[in-house]
Parts: sequence; C-alpha cells; structure tokens
Amino acid sequence: MNASDQKRLLREMIFYRRFEERSFEAYMERKIGGFLHLYSGQEAVATGVLEMARCGHDYVITGYRDHIHAIKAGAPAREVMAELYGKETGSSRGRGGSMHIFDPTVHFMGGYALVGQPFPLAAGLALACKHKGTDQIAICFLGDGANNQGTFHETMNMASVWKLPVLFVCENNLYAIGTRIDRSTAVTDQYKRVVAYDIPSSQHDGQDIDVVMAAATDAIAHVRSGRGPYFIEFMTYRQRGHSMSDSNAYRSKEEERLWMERDPLKIYGERLKKAKILTEKDIAAMEKSVLEEIENDIVRFAEESPEPRVEDLNKYCLDDQPDPRWIGPLGQGEQHG
Amino acid sequence: MAEIAYWEAIRRAHDEELAHDRMVIAMGEDIGVAGGTYKATSGLYQKYGAERIIDTPISENSYTGIGIGASMAGMRPIIEIMSINFALLALDTLINAAAKIRYMSGGRASCPIVMRTPGGTAHQLAAQHSARLARMFMSTPGLRVVTPRGPLDAYGMLKSAVRCNDPVIIIEHESMYNMRGEVPDEETFRPLEGAEIVRAGTDVTLIGYNYSVHLCLAAADKLAAMGVSAEVLDLRALRPIDRDTIRRSVEKTHKVVIAEEDEAAVGVGSEIISVIIEECFFALDAQPVRVHAADVPVPYNRQLEKAAIPNADDVLAAALKVLGRV
Repeated sequence: MNASDQKRLLREMIFYRRFEERSFEAYMERKIGGFLHLYSGQEAVATGVLEMARCGHDYVITGYRDHIHAIKAGAPAREVMAELYGKETGSSRGRGGSMHIFDPTVHFMGGYALVGQPFPLAAGLALACKHKGTDQIAICFLGDGANNQGTFHETMNMASVWKLPVLFVCENNLYAIGTRIDRSTAVTDQYKRVVAYDIPSSQHDGQDIDVVMAAATDAIAHVRSGRGPYFIEFMTYRQRGHSMSDSNAYRSKEEERLWMERDPLKIYGERLKKAKILTEKDIAAMEKSVLEEIENDIVRFAEESPEPRVEDLNKYCLDDQPDPRWIGPLGQGEQHG
Repeated sequence: MAEIAYWEAIRRAHDEELAHDRMVIAMGEDIGVAGGTYKATSGLYQKYGAERIIDTPISENSYTGIGIGASMAGMRPIIEIMSINFALLALDTLINAAAKIRYMSGGRASCPIVMRTPGGTAHQLAAQHSARLARMFMSTPGLRVVTPRGPLDAYGMLKSAVRCNDPVIIIEHESMYNMRGEVPDEETFRPLEGAEIVRAGTDVTLIGYNYSVHLCLAAADKLAAMGVSAEVLDLRALRPIDRDTIRRSVEKTHKVVIAEEDEAAVGVGSEIISVIIEECFFALDAQPVRVHAADVPVPYNRQLEKAAIPNADDVLAAALKVLGRV
C-alpha cells in the first residue's frame, strides 16, 4: 500500500469518527430521533475489511450499527446523514433511519435491527452470486451478540453445505448490549464456534487496520476462489454505549481506559507519523478539513433537505407500479364458475 | 383444457416458471430428491438440478431468509414451507424482513419471494399440524396473501406470484392437493387481486376463501333445493381485500355469511364484516353471521376434530339464520 492510500485511510477513519460524533450532537439537539448506535472505536474493522473488498461489486450487509459500513461500501455520506435526519434525500428516503441504511446501487443491502437476521440474508445474497456465476461475494458484518441467535447456527450450516461465497465478519466488542460475553456465551472465542460447521475461521486484532487488511485479504481470497464461506473474528471495542440511552455502567473504567489506548485512529496515526508519511501538523490539518467537510457539506445537506411528504405515507409498501397482468384486479369476464 | 389435480397445477406452474427464467429457484424441505411432501415439485429436481431445486435442512427461519436475500439480488425464489404451522418459525425473516425491506429502504430494495404453504385441518394431525393462520398474514402490510380454491388459481396465481415484485404468501390446504379442476392447456396467469363470484345468486351471499369456498358451494346447492338463491363469493386474496366485489354482492343480496376454517377472533370474518359495515352498512337486512372453527387447539380425536372444524351444514345453518328461516 502506497503512502497516498495510507493517508486516505487515516482520513477516512477520522471522517468516520467525526461523522458519528456529529450525529451524536445532532441527536442531542433532537434533530435525529429513534435509536442511534455509534461505531466509534471499531472503525478499523469495517474500513480495513471493505478496503480489501470490491465495493459496488460485492454485497455488504450488517446490523443496526451501520452508518460507517454503508459509507465505506460507497453510500454517499451526505445521504446517510440525511437519513439520520429522516429526510427525503436520505439513503432510505427517510423511511428507515439510523438502523436501516440502504444503498442497493452500491450493493449495500441494509442495516437490520433484528440481531442475527442478516446472517441468512447474506447467505441468500451469496447464493445469488453463486447462481449467476459471477466472482462476487457477500460480506456480513455482525457483532458477537448475534452469534447466540438460531440464525447463526442455521445459516453457518447451510452456507457450509452449499459452499456459498460469503464472508462472515464478527466484530467482537465483548458486550451484547450490556451483557459481557463470558456471562452469556459458553465459548467466548467466536471463531471456534464455526468449527462445528466445518467453516475455516480465524481471530485477529480489530484495532490495527494493517492487521485487519492483511487478514481480510486472505479471507476474501478464500471466499472468492469458490471454496465456500469464511468466518473472521476481530477483537474490538465500542467507545460509546450500545446506543444513546446507555450509561456503560456494566463496564469498568479501567477496561475502558485500556481500550481507549488502543484507539484505531491513534494506532494508525502514530504508525504513519513514525514512518514519516505524516506529521502531527498534517494530521491536525486532516482533522480540520474533515470537520469542515462534515459541517459544510454533510450536515448542511441533511439540514437543508426536505422532509418526506405526508401524502407519500403509503408509498413503498408494495411495488407502486405493479404489472396488471400479475396483479389484476380480476375482470368480470375472467370469472368462472 | 385438461382436468388436473391441485398438486399437478402447482407443479406445472413451477415447471413453466423455472423454464421461463433462470433466476427462478425452488427451496424447501424434501422438495427435491424426495419429490415434495405433496408432490408439488415432483420430477423437477431431475429436470432442473440441485442448484435450482434446493433441498433445505429443517431450518425454516434461515432458509426463508436465504430466499429473501437471494431475491434482493435478483433471484425469484419459490419457498415451500411444509405446513403453515412451521411458518411460525419463519416469521422473523418473513415479517420483520421480507414484508418491510421495500418500505424501510424507501423503495430502493425489494424481496420478490413466493412462500407456498398448506394451512388447514386435514385428518387427525392434531394441534401442531392443523393451524390455519391466514388471519395472521393478512394483517401484515408489505405482503400479498392469496388463497387459491382450486387447480386453476393454484396454477395461475403461483405463476403471477413468481412474476410479481412483492413478497407473496400462497396459502394452500392439506385436504385440497388431490382436488381436480380444469386448467387451460395454454399458459395462463391469474391475478393476485380480486374476489370472484363463483356462483351467482340473489338471496344471500356466502363468502369463503380457499377450502371454505367449497363449503359455501355445497351449502348453496342445498339452499337451491330449498328455493333459496345463494351467491358464492371467493375472496381469492386476503391481502389486499377486494372491497368492491364484496359491496356489490351485499348490495344485491342484503344478507351475508362468512365461512372460515380459522378461529373467529381477530379473523377473516371479523375483517370482512368490518369492510361491509364501512362500505354498505345500510344495504344489510340482517346481521352478518360468521362460520368458524371452535376456539380451541385442534384436537386429535376424530369426533372432536370434526366438531371443531366447520362443515357445509354449518354454512347452511348460518344462511338459514340470516334468512330468518330458523
């Protein structure tokens, strides 16, 4: 990876952090409603894995902590912010909100609130890739908590039996909402759990984007080669609560401090400084330009965009332009006894 | 025009749609090598192969989810659930995902799946194999729900469901797979919307869907012998409901019986009566009467099972009641 790509990656991760922090501010101002799950602290995972994927070609799907996966997959950041604002220009036209970002034009197939539901959907996307005979793959990002759903076991089994081209990325942030993994899960190393389904797997540091990219390269190559699914686990940590109403009372300050030291932005920034690719001053300039972009482009777009029209409430429930040959209604002449 | 069985009609629709579009696949338990519990996919595994006629493990929620995911990427899966009772396991992917994805993506994604599943009480299969559950699906926005009463609709509605861009639930019936009826030799599509007047009449409207249409027809025969002209209306689709056809019939006959095999509470009959009250309350000459199952899990014992499930005589008795003849 050359220096300009390294600089771009650092800027992207800074952008993702500031995007989430800015959405937190908008939430506190009540410009964003509902639930808001922030990705701060886990940036290296989505950024690193999707850097090695072919975004726009491969399919990407995830849970409700989905803003950054969508943006890295290619969804315009201003449309993601507009979605958080519930605007008509949002990724999901204001109908989905934070947890349901969609951009099928770049093959980002959604964020889902039902924990574990994206497992089978991802396998289905992979089934379609295999059926069409393309070299596309499906990438499913979910947390450790999702692995205690039945869909995990059912889907791992079918993905393995049918050799589906799907990469399961487990972002193990140690907590299923407020319950620590060892209190809810018999086997805490998640990569070991898919051994039961004969799926190759591995566990890596999710805070160091270079480690993430190296591991993802191998995993993606395995899946793309037609050898079936791969399960990759990254150890990571969310710096904020599960969502806005979460005080993090279940985590110790000492644990939080240790993980804050392993901040993915800090780790990568220090590395680029040490390699003389960037100076402290360059990083400060990068921070400044990110903040300006978010304020002047992303947030402004969201704030100035129109709300959906109430007259359109019933739109998008079913196909709005159905073919009468399949739908009808039944003409009198067609009725029979 | 040939007379074929209900299961043959479903099989023919599969065969034609699989031949027409390579993106069509079928998935379900025992549908491939074993040929399907009700033979509805027999021989298709041999013709189209394991990649398109997919035998799934017993994992209803996730194989439905796999069908949904595949449909989001351009496939047209026909998902068979062996019994509607087992569809309860798939409610998360079906209702939380398939029914909502188009809406919550602002129309940018869609899930054109077909789910076929038999509901209904067959013969002493007891409580966990005898549910009907049509009322549950008909209450869910984002789905289409159809209930073919015979081979023509079983064939033509499945074909339309595969072509349609919405998730479609087709509720079949365990006791109807061997029922025979005429189906044109040429390719035919039957629309997914619109109720149908199966038998015209002037004195009372008997409303049914799926199996209960046949109870209404049998009752209409008996009523005819008594000099009563009964109109039989097949709802065909439970979502959306064809309000116009119901209103026109009630405005003609002024009396209504609704026959459902399901329990009454929050059911098809309740919904249809609400529609009638909203559309044409003043056309009614008598209170509508519901014919429905007993409010119990379906029992195993033959006599108890018969007592729990409505039959044609129950529809007849209800009709006589609205006619003021009892």
